[in-house]
Amino acid sequence: MIDFGFGLSRSAAVNLDEADLSLYRQLEKLEPGVRTCMACGACTATCSASPWSQTSVRKVILALQRGQDPGPYLQNCMLCGKCTMVCPRGINTRHLILSLCRIYRKP
Amino acid sequence: VSERFASGFHPFVLPFLVGILFVLAYCLVGLIRIIIQLPGQDRRRFLLSLITPKTALKNIRDIFCDCLLHVKLWKRNRMLGLMHSSIAFGWFMLIVLGHLEVMIYCPNRIRLFYYPIFFNYFVAKGESTLGGSVLFFLMDFFLLVVLIGITLAIVKRVRSRMFGMRRTTQLSLTDRIGLYSLWAIFPLRLLAESFTAHISGGSFLTVPANWVFRQFLGNDLNMLPTWWAYSIALGVFMVVLPFSRYMHIPAEMMLIPMRNAGLKIRHPRRGFAKLEVYSCPGCGVCIDACPMSVQKANVKDCTVYLNRQIRRKNEKRIDEISDKCLLCGKCEAVCQVGVEGPALRLAQRESRKYSFSPDYSNIPTDPLVKAAKGAKVLYFGGCMTRLTPAVGKAVTSVLGKAGVDFVWMDREEGLCCGRPLLTAGRTDQAEKLVQMNTEIILGSGADTLLLSCPICYKIFTEQYKLPGVRVVNYTQYFHELLNEGRIKLEKSDVCYVYHDPCELGRGCGIYEEPRKLIGTAAAIAEAPACREESICCGGSLGSLSLDFAHREVMTRKALDNLYASRADAIATACPLCLATFKRYSTRPVRDIAEVIDASIVQ
Repeated sequence: MIDFGFGLSRSAAVNLDEADLSLYRQLEKLEPGVRTCMACGACTATCSASPWSQTSVRKVILALQRGQDPGPYLQNCMLCGKCTMVCPRGINTRHLILSLCRIYRKP
Repeated sequence: VSERFASGFHPFVLPFLVGILFVLAYCLVGLIRIIIQLPGQDRRRFLLSLITPKTALKNIRDIFCDCLLHVKLWKRNRMLGLMHSSIAFGWFMLIVLGHLEVMIYCPNRIRLFYYPIFFNYFVAKGESTLGGSVLFFLMDFFLLVVLIGITLAIVKRVRSRMFGMRRTTQLSLTDRIGLYSLWAIFPLRLLAESFTAHISGGSFLTVPANWVFRQFLGNDLNMLPTWWAYSIALGVFMVVLPFSRYMHIPAEMMLIPMRNAGLKIRHPRRGFAKLEVYSCPGCGVCIDACPMSVQKANVKDCTVYLNRQIRRKNEKRIDEISDKCLLCGKCEAVCQVGVEGPALRLAQRESRKYSFSPDYSNIPTDPLVKAAKGAKVLYFGGCMTRLTPAVGKAVTSVLGKAGVDFVWMDREEGLCCGRPLLTAGRTDQAEKLVQMNTEIILGSGADTLLLSCPICYKIFTEQYKLPGVRVVNYTQYFHELLNEGRIKLEKSDVCYVYHDPCELGRGCGIYEEPRKLIGTAAAIAEAPACREESICCGGSLGSLSLDFAHREVMTRKALDNLYASRADAIATACPLCLATFKRYSTRPVRDIAEVIDASIVQ
């Protein structure tokens, strides 16, 4: 194959009919607050781990809702609780993260 | 005194005998099991402490003062102290004097368990001697002491407010059986000894009672049934003892030597933790103390109920209770027995299995070390300070005005101290952060680490090993600056009430410096519940499962306590308390650094 210096990026389309949402459903039971997230991104903005990775509760929830792997967005979480304090919806994000860490499996 | 029966036995002693043998066997097996469950190092330490004269003496003194005289309880609540010490010490003296009587009058029977207890039934009075009547007087006296204690206990059951307790524990079935049999034991003993007082002799209680009974009963037919009833009450109490809260009586006597040996909880259920759980007397002092108990729904999450659920092996509830707790440490501060509620919950959290663990190996420490270099004083704000910029701004302003050469190591980016992970039970991850922070701090070449967050301060003093670096809280540091004359404060007329943050007060024992600082910068008032009894703001990171709605009620309750001081404003020394209070307070809330910064005169 000749390298032309560019390639085709894989489609980012999410087919919700085929996505595996079982992890999200399981998390909903443990921390119902996850449903109230409006993806405002306050948690992303304050995250202590953001300089080094994509760690963000917003992305975790988004990945779960799309049936994707939330692992990369939890990678550097230090559980410091800043996201909990700034969340305008009052989601207990620390409980969300801990619950997810317990039930986590790669989709 | 002579013996009435050559055999020295009567069937009515059997219920008691069965009970006492059962209790002794149960406690012995329990003690051996607990010692086996201890980790080897702890076991050696404990056994060594038993033969070390200093700790052995301390054990005896502590057991005497805490288990019998209830000195700590007296200091806290005189009515409760009177009640408990009169029952415990009175009963103890009855047993000791009973043995003394047997040793003096029928030494050949001393090996029989029941003889000292039912002595009055088995003997007949001969000639009266001074020594004998003193002994009989003492027996009646201590019986009276116990009866006073029992009366108080009955009054307390009905009207706990008279004893300064708003809520008491809801009793389980075995607790109830134990309680009622305990209440019955001593009045029955009085009756039994009174019915036989004309044969065995007695003193100021039993002799007049005997005379009264004989006036209208006229025969001795009531004698045996009352002795039977007394023995059965004792037997029932002893049989339910291991399954009720009264297990704390033998357990506390074992807990004290183990605590004096310096043992810590290392497993949520086994060994030392088990002993602590069994030592809980179920008094319910922790219920009124717990900040969560402002809501009735949370009352059953207090330490006394955790202990009960652990004994029942109710795993679901143990998990719930362990996760809900704010780890403010107030239940431990008020507990008379010294049950470490927060440590029990932490051990439970640590026992969890996770299928995902965060990893920090991708974070390079070199840039962080570089950012921390350049001054002798290293200021670590921590996550919470960075979220409440006013605190960091005030701290740096005070340091600047005092002419301190410092570097704010996590002004732009920084790692968490590890305490939140530690309180969540994720010790391995916390340990990694501790290692990385240690590398940064030691690499910076600073000799002082200044912290403005008590959550960080606690883990930095307890878990970090930083040779050559002094770890200091900003209240201590500012107090030193004030004493050295590097900052001068002008007193304003605002009156502040100081809120003791849990981690700084109960957690690290810093109460004086913040008060002295505020006292110099402004007027200071005290809230009704302060220092060791300070009420958690409700924002604590210790709780994993409490949501905002529940926390709000606690915050308002803590604020009510602070408002009661009639101060104009609230000052605290924790950025998390600050943020939590600010959300609901109707009075201004300031961090102590802001108070100092505003009143510095150049």
